[in-house]
Amino acid sequence: MKYYSENLILKLNNYASQLRMDALKMIYERGAGHPGGCLSCAEIISTLYFYYLRINPRNPHWEDRDRFILSKGHASAILYAALARRGFFEIGELQTWGHPNSRLQGHPDRLKTPGVEMTSGTLGQGLSIASGMGLAAKLLNAKWHIYVLMGDGECQGGVVWEGAMMASKYHLSNITVIVDYNDVQLDGACHEIMPLEPFVKKWQSFNFAVIEIDGHNIIEILKAFDLSKEIHDKPTVIIAHTTKGKGVSFMENEAKWHGVAPDEEQYRMAITELKGGTNE
Amino acid sequence: MSKLMSSRIAYGEALVDCGIENNQVVVVVADVSSSVKTDFFEKRFPERFFNVGIAEQCLVNVGVGLSLEGFIPFVNTFAGLLLRSFEQIRTCVGYANTNVKLVGSYAGISDYKDGATHYSICDIAAMRAIPNLTVIVPADAVEVRKFVPKIAEFTGPVYFRISRADTPVIFDDSHQVTIGKGQIIHEGDDLTIIAIGVMVERSIRAAQLLKKEGIKVRVINMPTIKPLDQNLINLAVHETGAMVTAEEHSIVGGLGGAVSEYISQVHPVPIEFVGVYDTFVETGLNHEYLLDHFGMSVEDIIKAAKKVFKRKNEYH
Ligand SMILES: Cc1ncc(C[n+]2csc(CCOP(=O)(O)OP(=O)(O)O)c2C)c(N)n1
Repeated sequence: MKYYSENLILKLNNYASQLRMDALKMIYERGAGHPGGCLSCAEIISTLYFYYLRINPRNPHWEDRDRFILSKGHASAILYAALARRGFFEIGELQTWGHPNSRLQGHPDRLKTPGVEMTSGTLGQGLSIASGMGLAAKLLNAKWHIYVLMGDGECQGGVVWEGAMMASKYHLSNITVIVDYNDVQLDGACHEIMPLEPFVKKWQSFNFAVIEIDGHNIIEILKAFDLSKEIHDKPTVIIAHTTKGKGVSFMENEAKWHGVAPDEEQYRMAITELKGGTNE
Repeated sequence: MSKLMSSRIAYGEALVDCGIENNQVVVVVADVSSSVKTDFFEKRFPERFFNVGIAEQCLVNVGVGLSLEGFIPFVNTFAGLLLRSFEQIRTCVGYANTNVKLVGSYAGISDYKDGATHYSICDIAAMRAIPNLTVIVPADAVEVRKFVPKIAEFTGPVYFRISRADTPVIFDDSHQVTIGKGQIIHEGDDLTIIAIGVMVERSIRAAQLLKKEGIKVRVINMPTIKPLDQNLINLAVHETGAMVTAEEHSIVGGLGGAVSEYISQVHPVPIEFVGVYDTFVETGLNHEYLLDHFGMSVEDIIKAAKKVFKRKNEYH
């Protein structure tokens, strides 16, 4: 097993926390966006963008890059923050999000934003698109890997499972799906709106290799990505148990923080908390 | 400017009233209940409310199933997301002619924060091309409230299009609506503007400004796009001889398409289109800004009116 230094883990945790603050700042300043689902995937995004993905900010279309699809496109703020921090564009550009003529649209737009692999925003599309890319990689004999980040609510859509069947039929081991399993969607808790359980068994029965982890634990995320690369006969799904709104206590596990921006006071409290302080 | 009112709240409230009136009315939604305001109905009638999760194709077909057994399902999501179920709507709603009420909320570009994936600028074109479907676009919150019970009483599939925005109120409570009928809301005989949705109020403003320049504009509110009120259009064609259509939708295949298809067959006159010029609209800071910058400003209507008026005079 690979050894990961404490420094690396500290770095990736720090990035996660930075991205949380960036995303919240963007959402607060624009008065719009999706805080809950950005905060829940911060460690996954930081591990991908600051360690795992083989990408080149100076050459976003580099042929041999790993592909990342943010299938839960409403988490655009944290993706944009990661792209900026990784050097795809200036951090200052984050302030233009949603403004007239901005390259940063409400949801990811591959034609506008450097580093955005695929346009998204209507849920459910990522895995079937990844299957097409996975087939292409095989035809091309290419070594790059495809990562797809999905929401748990998103998995209620039938097209997800159509894509899953495709990926397993063609043994697309070059695909790793990560499900941000925070058990909250727009209208409430997933287990109430439309239960997904038994979730592990569902993916297993679709012939995926299933890895369950704590999605806020960097070492577990790293190990899961390592493991998925060692599986050569099937696609992998990493079921990442997370907390929606993670890091901001009043947003945690609350559906009402799915898609609204904090006001000034709430924003100040959130940032204090993310910086490690308390609001008492 | 006139008072603003929320169409989605008016819809949510009207749906509750419908539920009180008629216990056959049921509501289905795909994880956007708190957004499209069917949560009011859920609170009042939890046993007649069904959330299918993020599964729009299932959403429509659950409505179809309920309608086959005699219920009157109002099926709800964002207009742009309902397009995912287009084939279900064609086959299981249109072709099978089931009594499903499809409600596309957050329509047009009113969901300004979310951008092109969440806009619906081709939904009218798509829906009106399906046989058996009735297509209704209310002009303000008052019309929303008035149409909901009519739609529940009406037999047959309906597509009802609702804005996310708080929009100017045009009508007072005495306003009457009839499926299949439009009405003249500003008199004039130099040209006619036929408008739907939020563009009705903008067209009235344009007509008032044009009046000052001596151009007398008739404005027609045409909430039912299918079936079209052909008599009213015929009259306008003969009495004014020039048409403008104004809609928060692509100029391809929507109201403009419907009106020009009709008049080109019966009595062609010059026509101009106001709407989104066949492009994807970007994310904005507010709805008004997007309307003003993507071809749907009052100024755009005035320009189209002057152009068509000039063409009419050259014509004769
Ligand atoms: C096809 C589709 N249906 C509905 C929506 C509206 N919507 C945006 S986010 C969301 C909830 C997403 O929940 P989940 O997938 O669990 O994401 P997370 O909790 O990680 O934010 C919904 C219903 C959409 N964008 N696309």
